[in-house]
Amino acid sequence: MPRRHTERITSPAATTVGRITTTGRRLPGEGGLTEVLQLLVNGLAAGCIYGLIALGFVLIYKATEMVNFAQGDLLMLGAFAAYTYIGLFGLPYWLGFILAVLSMAIFGFTLDAVVLRRVIGQPQFAVVILTIGLGFIFRSAATLIWGPDIRTLGTPFSNSISQFGPIVIPDVNLSIIGGTLAISGVMYGFFRYTKLGVAMQAASQNQLAAYYMGIPVRLVFSLIWAISAGVATVAGILLAPVSLIDPSTGFIAIRAFSAAVLGGFTSLPGAVLGGLIIGVIEQFSALYLDEGFKDVAAPVVALIVLAVYPQGLLGQRQRKRV
Amino acid sequence: MTLFRAEDIAVRFGGIKAVDGISFGVERGTVFTIIGPNGAGKTTVFNLISRIYDPSQGRLWFDDRDITGLPAHEIAGLGIARTFQNIELFEHATVLDNLLLGRHAHRGTRLWQDFLFTPAVRRSELAHRRKAEEVIDFLDLAAHRDSHIANLSYGVRKVVELARALCTEPKLLLLDEPSSGLNVEETEDMAFWIEDIKKDLGITVLMVEHDMTLVNQVSDRVLALNYGRILAEGTPAEVQAHPDVVRAYLGGV
Amino acid sequence: MRFVFKTDYRQDIGLFRHNGDRFWYGLLVLLVAAAPLLLDRFYLGELTYVFVLAVAGIGIMLLTGYTGLVSLGHAAFLGIGAYAHGYFLQQGVPFVLSVPLATLLTTAAGLLVALPALRMTGIYLAIATLLFAVIIEQVFIRWESVTHGFRGFSVGVPQVFGLPLTDPVLFYYICFAVLALAMLAAINLLRSPTGRAFVAIRDSEIAAQSMGVHLARYKATAFAISAGFTGLAGCLFAHKIGYLAPDAFGIILSIQLLLMAVIGGLGSLHGVVFGALFVGALPQVIAVLRDYLPDRIAQQPGLEPGVFGLILVAIILFEPQGIYGRWRKVKLYFQLFPMYKAATFKRQKTYTRSERNK
Repeated sequence: MPRRHTERITSPAATTVGRITTTGRRLPGEGGLTEVLQLLVNGLAAGCIYGLIALGFVLIYKATEMVNFAQGDLLMLGAFAAYTYIGLFGLPYWLGFILAVLSMAIFGFTLDAVVLRRVIGQPQFAVVILTIGLGFIFRSAATLIWGPDIRTLGTPFSNSISQFGPIVIPDVNLSIIGGTLAISGVMYGFFRYTKLGVAMQAASQNQLAAYYMGIPVRLVFSLIWAISAGVATVAGILLAPVSLIDPSTGFIAIRAFSAAVLGGFTSLPGAVLGGLIIGVIEQFSALYLDEGFKDVAAPVVALIVLAVYPQGLLGQRQRKRV
Repeated sequence: MTLFRAEDIAVRFGGIKAVDGISFGVERGTVFTIIGPNGAGKTTVFNLISRIYDPSQGRLWFDDRDITGLPAHEIAGLGIARTFQNIELFEHATVLDNLLLGRHAHRGTRLWQDFLFTPAVRRSELAHRRKAEEVIDFLDLAAHRDSHIANLSYGVRKVVELARALCTEPKLLLLDEPSSGLNVEETEDMAFWIEDIKKDLGITVLMVEHDMTLVNQVSDRVLALNYGRILAEGTPAEVQAHPDVVRAYLGGV
Repeated sequence: MRFVFKTDYRQDIGLFRHNGDRFWYGLLVLLVAAAPLLLDRFYLGELTYVFVLAVAGIGIMLLTGYTGLVSLGHAAFLGIGAYAHGYFLQQGVPFVLSVPLATLLTTAAGLLVALPALRMTGIYLAIATLLFAVIIEQVFIRWESVTHGFRGFSVGVPQVFGLPLTDPVLFYYICFAVLALAMLAAINLLRSPTGRAFVAIRDSEIAAQSMGVHLARYKATAFAISAGFTGLAGCLFAHKIGYLAPDAFGIILSIQLLLMAVIGGLGSLHGVVFGALFVGALPQVIAVLRDYLPDRIAQQPGLEPGVFGLILVAIILFEPQGIYGRWRKVKLYFQLFPMYKAATFKRQKTYTRSERNK
């Protein structure tokens, strides 16, 4: 009975990224600059994950005007896929990584071709409900397939640290930051320089015109979903060593919503920027403010920004022409 | 007597001056038409008057009142109504509901009264319907009274939009390309209605139009724009004969 | 088919379109009033729950179905109403005073949300309301002196008409009366200038504005009214669940509330009732479906949300106009019999019309 079913929105996943070094509330000033820098790096790592999820939202929204509320659950499925290849089948990490991303990309492609394509042109709330429903199904399916238990994923970065002067950074966090940089670079190049990337931009600006210009719009949309699912998988695998994997891992996406609206739902750099801002704010509010504020810091900041910039920081202000 | 006056108005979008220092006046009880090639800034002038855009310079005067700084929703109450180039009707409502929304500027009841549907609301609803029915008769819309907009043809929608504007009981009516998308007969009807609106209802009309037959038939004065600047102003015949206007339409002669 | 010939403007603004409507709705009211005699306790309780949902559904329908503003955070308003009511009762405020107070408080909360939300459109607004609900849930958890945090507290049982409110028949009639009054208020609103302004904003903001509709004021009004109805439902909801804890007002409830409007059919008050019936019956439907599944799957803990998700997906794919849309099709089929054509309601092939520039 879903109405009596309860699920926690504030998943452990989101908080554990930062848990590595922060151990409860401390007074400002204690530890000084080093601590601030340390927090900043941790915040950036957490923010990268939010940024990657937000990137997935924005990719899909920009192209198809759909908001994918199942993005977090794609991340969860991606993490489970990696767990299956690496943890269960015993494949090497990098091979498992690539296989997981590929499988999820195919999954995303199929999902669009079979389900989402049919709601093109339907009002936005219909799509919202559809993707929320898909999210429920994915979570349920993950429980059925992998069980409700928490899984771990061993990586080459687990349990090692790097020291930069006084700042200690777990290699896992470095891998998250590096992975996000790589993905952002690839995205930038793809949309800037490849023909397919430009075609995707065209399709997102005006579907009908793009269709008339000979762009296979439906194929392009399916590819967007494939890319988005792939990005979610990368985020899931990068996140796995810190947050562990369970079917409710996807709830981290709710924080990523703050990131996406903060940056502007139509801007890819905005998504990453929004993620970083949210990540850093969470780290600092956890340390300097009362306990309850940590979980609301992100949405509060996002709401304040939206009140001032209704289209987010980097979103385009558009107006209907009459 | 001048009902509406634009004084040196300008607006820029990015680096483009869509309207660049235009002044004109519309006399009471006349039909004033703005013509010009696509992108000349005609609709932008309308959007400035209905306060959707803010002018970067200049003033707008209506009925000897400065309306430059007014918010968009107060314009209808003053007596300025408009139609839109691409039809902005309330798609999922009936024709009657659309017309009644045209009466919105005349609403006299408060929210709590609406909640209880007090006798005052009942009375004003009946009064609004009488007014809407007059407009329905005037524009011959009785057959479509209870139809949903989504089920109407383009030509009828255009008339409904005109009807909605008339329901606000305007002093100045802004018509943005009233004939676009209409066939020859519908355009002729539109011409007759515009004349009737001027003569019978005594409403001043400011219009943007491309169809020169219609322009010649109904306009008292014509203003020709190009690239946001005035080319010529005068009677329809004068403006059409003006060398700059000919050049703008036909290219360098 | 029935054609209504109108000879008087009063027919336009009447509550019923014609005498047929009067008859059927009268019969419906009689049946509902007699339900305590006909139904056993369990089903009476479920029907009561449907009424409570429907009151909240009116709120969300006015906002989403009529004004076109999608909210993913209405559970927060339901929660504010419920908590406020529970708190007032605890402080010794009598029931008849506590309900309007809590409703007013929720209305004010709706206004508060509306102010920053006014300039947002489409998806930004939907996500802003979602974020608002996340914040409110944290407030429920952290404001221990009022909400008792995670542990929650049990709602007081006031005496009404000399009976405790836990009496199922009494509670049933109270919920029915509240629903009937709320429905009447909503109909009144929709047949008056305010309701027309809502619809105008939904269909074309720019035209509404040019006709004199103060966009910000009416959007804020819609939010406040919507929150008010939902808060009123929250008061009843508090008694229905009997014990208030933050996890009762999570995102799933928000989605169910929105679903109610969508499933019933947006832009129709009939749809509210259909939607409430559906969402109220959903747990039973899922329980029945579970019986048909193999044991290994049926015993999994995560199954129910999954089935819930499947139903959501199926509805959007196969009947996006909701139950009321389906009802109209069936009705037309019989009215036109045997002339009904399958293509009557065939959907046109559509492309996404941008909602970004609204």
